[in-house]
Amino acid sequence: MEIPVLAWQGLVILAVFGITLLIATYSTYAERVVAAFLQDRVGPDRAGPYGLLQPLADAVKLFTKEEFFPSGANRWLFVFGPCLAMTTALMASAVIPFGNTLIFGNGTEIRLQAIEVNIGMLYVFGVVSLGVYGIMIGGWASNNKFSLLGAVRAAAQAVSYELAMGMALVALLMVTGTLSLREIALQQYNGLWNIVYQPLGFIIFIVCAFAETNRTPFDLPECETELVGGYHTEYSSMKMGLYLFAEYINVFVASAVMSTLYFGGFSFPGEHLLYDVLLKSQGELFAHNTVTILGTITLFAKIFFFIFFFMWVRWTLPRFRYDQLMRLGWTMLFPIAIVNILLTGAFILFFGK
Amino acid sequence: MGTSLFYFLTFVALLSALGVVFAKNPIHSVLFLILTFFAISGHYLLLNAQFLAAVNIIVYAGAIMVLFLFVVMFLNLNAETEPNKPALAKITAAIAGGLLLFVLIAALRNVNPAGADLATFDSQIGMVNRLGLVLYQQYLLPFELASVLFLVAMVGSVMLGKRETGERNF
Repeated sequence: MEIPVLAWQGLVILAVFGITLLIATYSTYAERVVAAFLQDRVGPDRAGPYGLLQPLADAVKLFTKEEFFPSGANRWLFVFGPCLAMTTALMASAVIPFGNTLIFGNGTEIRLQAIEVNIGMLYVFGVVSLGVYGIMIGGWASNNKFSLLGAVRAAAQAVSYELAMGMALVALLMVTGTLSLREIALQQYNGLWNIVYQPLGFIIFIVCAFAETNRTPFDLPECETELVGGYHTEYSSMKMGLYLFAEYINVFVASAVMSTLYFGGFSFPGEHLLYDVLLKSQGELFAHNTVTILGTITLFAKIFFFIFFFMWVRWTLPRFRYDQLMRLGWTMLFPIAIVNILLTGAFILFFGK
Repeated sequence: MGTSLFYFLTFVALLSALGVVFAKNPIHSVLFLILTFFAISGHYLLLNAQFLAAVNIIVYAGAIMVLFLFVVMFLNLNAETEPNKPALAKITAAIAGGLLLFVLIAALRNVNPAGADLATFDSQIGMVNRLGLVLYQQYLLPFELASVLFLVAMVGSVMLGKRETGERNF
């Protein structure tokens, strides 16, 4: 049976969408397990073996809770906020290259990437910068001072840290010379990983990624000691669940972007050696597909490591104070990012790449 | 397909632009303005100018409108608390708006909206590498001057945020 390339690509899009949701679902479980491990507790173990059905139980609980609208709230925007948070979070994983190509016997070649655009990096950056609207609109529409303060903090934080993040990406762009995430991954497949060229840029990027995903130590928008619950104080039921879920999707996307940009994407050590060995014994098709599938598994291993890192930091570090957060963003990360651009330029000028 | 998409995007852009002007609530105005930027980015995509579309979203929808929303939320403007403006302010606003309309019409009066010549049209002209070549060859000096201007603004904001000696209160 002949299946056209477009249909395959549609299947890949559906798969990426499903995998994103699945990983976000089990991130909620992983968060509890990691927290329990770091605090020397047992963690979830009631629902199913090892508590594996816990996310399902949470979903049932959230769906069956009462839908609550605070008085004086703007009903449309109150519902629109969580929808927007979820939509923008799900959009970003579309351009991540989850693997090289798979080639079938009849010469059909499909890319393990939902959509390939030649401005992939800018696409991710744009979608991430839209993520703050869900929080802002939800916080404002709640008609609650604490929610509004959380929303305003989210906006200020996102705009401040986007600047340093953009500067870190500019330095990376000078090294790679392309905006396409697929080409960046392929460059690292054929050469050294970008972390070798951009160690300082990676540190800036990961700090900004924590701030953009509103994770501890930068979760000031929902700081419960000062703001009750921040932007989602008034939310209940699944609308609250969507906000929490969007955060885990953002963590997944941030991990995937970091793995692709700085840690080689779908490349792993010894891949060319393996390819040569398989080429001699099994033929070109088998060699290419095996290396691609192993590369996809490697990429997911890297992503899971970064997701674990996000959780590790959350249960280890205390929260920043708001002025400390702003000072870190503007007077430390931002000048370092500019120096990083100058250093990168000087290196390229004097040593080639 | 392309034509109907164009008309749809134009419809959305015009409708949301009207929404910006006529919305009673300033927050709704800001949200309509964001929708307008999205429709315009859609137009850029139809013209195969992906870079412009992405930058339009990042700069306007992602950064500038967030600041707009930020300020409007702080001011907490709404119909009940808005003071009545004096007649002089209304007349001044009408004259200023009319002058802007006059300038726009005068500027666009002689534009000849000729379609692209399909024989010589290059569909790759909006791609980021072509745009980069034009910016760094033809318009190098203005481009560099503008970037220096932005850098000065950013460094200035960092300088304003720096603590002065003896300012520490906690």
